[in-house]
Amino acid sequence: MTTTAAPATTEPLPKLHYDYLPLLLVPGMAILALPLIGNTTTWITLTIAALAMGMMIFVMASGLTLVFGLMDVLNFGHGAFIAVGAYIALSALGPLSGWASSDSLTLNLAALAIAIAAGMIGTGALGWAFERIIIRPVYGQHLKQILITTGGLIVAEQMIHVIWGGDQKAMALPPGLRGAILFGDVALEKFRLLAVIVGLAVYATMALVLNRTKIGLLIRAGVENQEMVEALGYRVRRLFVGVFVAGSALAGLGGVMWALYRETLTAGIGSDVIVLVFIVIIIGGLGSVGGCFLGAILVAMMANYTGYVFPKVALASNILLMVLILLWRPQGLYPVAKR
Amino acid sequence: MSTPLLQLEGVHTHIGQYHILQGVDLAVPRGALTVLLGRNGAGKTTTLRTIMGLWKPSKGRVAFDGREIGGLQTPDIALSGISYVPETMSVFSDLTVAENLRLAARHGPPDQARLDWIFGFFPALQKFWQFPAGVLSGGQKQMLSVARAVIEPRTLILIDEPTKGLAPAIIESMIHAFQELKRSNTTILLVEQNFRFAQALGDTVAVMDDGRIVHNGTMAELTADTALQTRLLGLSLGEHQ
Repeated sequence: MTTTAAPATTEPLPKLHYDYLPLLLVPGMAILALPLIGNTTTWITLTIAALAMGMMIFVMASGLTLVFGLMDVLNFGHGAFIAVGAYIALSALGPLSGWASSDSLTLNLAALAIAIAAGMIGTGALGWAFERIIIRPVYGQHLKQILITTGGLIVAEQMIHVIWGGDQKAMALPPGLRGAILFGDVALEKFRLLAVIVGLAVYATMALVLNRTKIGLLIRAGVENQEMVEALGYRVRRLFVGVFVAGSALAGLGGVMWALYRETLTAGIGSDVIVLVFIVIIIGGLGSVGGCFLGAILVAMMANYTGYVFPKVALASNILLMVLILLWRPQGLYPVAKR
Repeated sequence: MSTPLLQLEGVHTHIGQYHILQGVDLAVPRGALTVLLGRNGAGKTTTLRTIMGLWKPSKGRVAFDGREIGGLQTPDIALSGISYVPETMSVFSDLTVAENLRLAARHGPPDQARLDWIFGFFPALQKFWQFPAGVLSGGQKQMLSVARAVIEPRTLILIDEPTKGLAPAIIESMIHAFQELKRSNTTILLVEQNFRFAQALGDTVAVMDDGRIVHNGTMAELTADTALQTRLLGLSLGEHQ
């Protein structure tokens, strides 16, 4: 018999308490911001914009948090995948300019899907090479990891200058994704809605893989205790390469979305956003995908609200948010249990 | 006498600058439960971790079922038929009991008959089947850790101090579980500080001191010889009961 159905039990079970408290930070921050902003329409617009921004940051950060959790690798070169993904997509959109500039939303989305696929495949391949050449020699050596991955980021940015040139590129949104949908006085930008859909789809897929597949079980277990997973007979190194490649591809996807969001592209696009990405994974709890998702939304809300209400402190606001959260929960919102 | 299932010959292990194992010679007979005794710091845990490949031997030979495994990676050693229950239990706290066991079953979903057999001596695992392992008590975590090692038949099980910090009632269920395992003819190498537990289960015994095996023999011999107990362990088994 090989069924694994949960065995029956007649004894009462203790109650499980899910930790909902961190989730309340999102509505809490939104409610606190409302009187400061003063205008409900602006508040809704800023909140939706924050959700879109948060989803893009989550997509960029999710791979990095798993890479750290699984193999204790500090990859400061993650920004390179964000930038390279965006540049590859820019190149892919060139031959597809007919579709990308068409008035048909379907053709626009098809062009974008192809560009995103190209960006993800390119950054996935780059991630594979990056892991073999740069990360592998420095496993377990944090200082060297920081130095060599930062070096890798600099080299990648210079290679972008060599291949695509050093000037700022325009990354125009296809016509079908420009403009906004109006709900009364509230204007919801189409691209931001797309970003929310993409972010939610990525989160749902990751949740599905992590919770419903054996690979996902291995990743979750490996994040917690790599040594024990190996003692059970699984090769964590191979798993890590897979996660690194997937994380790099997701960074590439995030890079494409981020460049379209900004509608401009420079070699430093990854470096510009990487500080936010690190804040998100620290706030969320290193190695926690759920925490990363929540952290990304909080960081984006904080950036958008303070950018509107207190523009002079906008840059420092997320550092303050991180400090406050770490004072409350030093291991992040949803810490991963470690051995 | 048949060839031992596991044989260590002159095994040395260094951890950083520390020379922990200093020429361990140990034979684990097939189908028996061998207890590895010794004071704290004698090198018992290091011996198990060296067998498992978690620390690499710097010198010497580790042979399992006639095959050299001293240079293999940990996953390959596990795949050769050895399972390991570490001193720290190392259950995956964020995974449910079911998920922990599903992960340990390498050849597909856990077999229901095998699960029922395990639930027979660890009923708490059935009760907490869908609960995260992190909410279990220390004893229940130890049960899960042992269950994970036996969820599929293995040739050799390495177990590091399974009774450490456990309540007497849990230790009784551990004794029952290991007796069941012995009945299934599984070979076990057990590191233990609880002499009553060791005495109840052990067929053969090895005593370690300063990174070496200083005594090899049957548990019956050691149990019967108070002077030998005092010489090897500092005090007799009787004084620990």
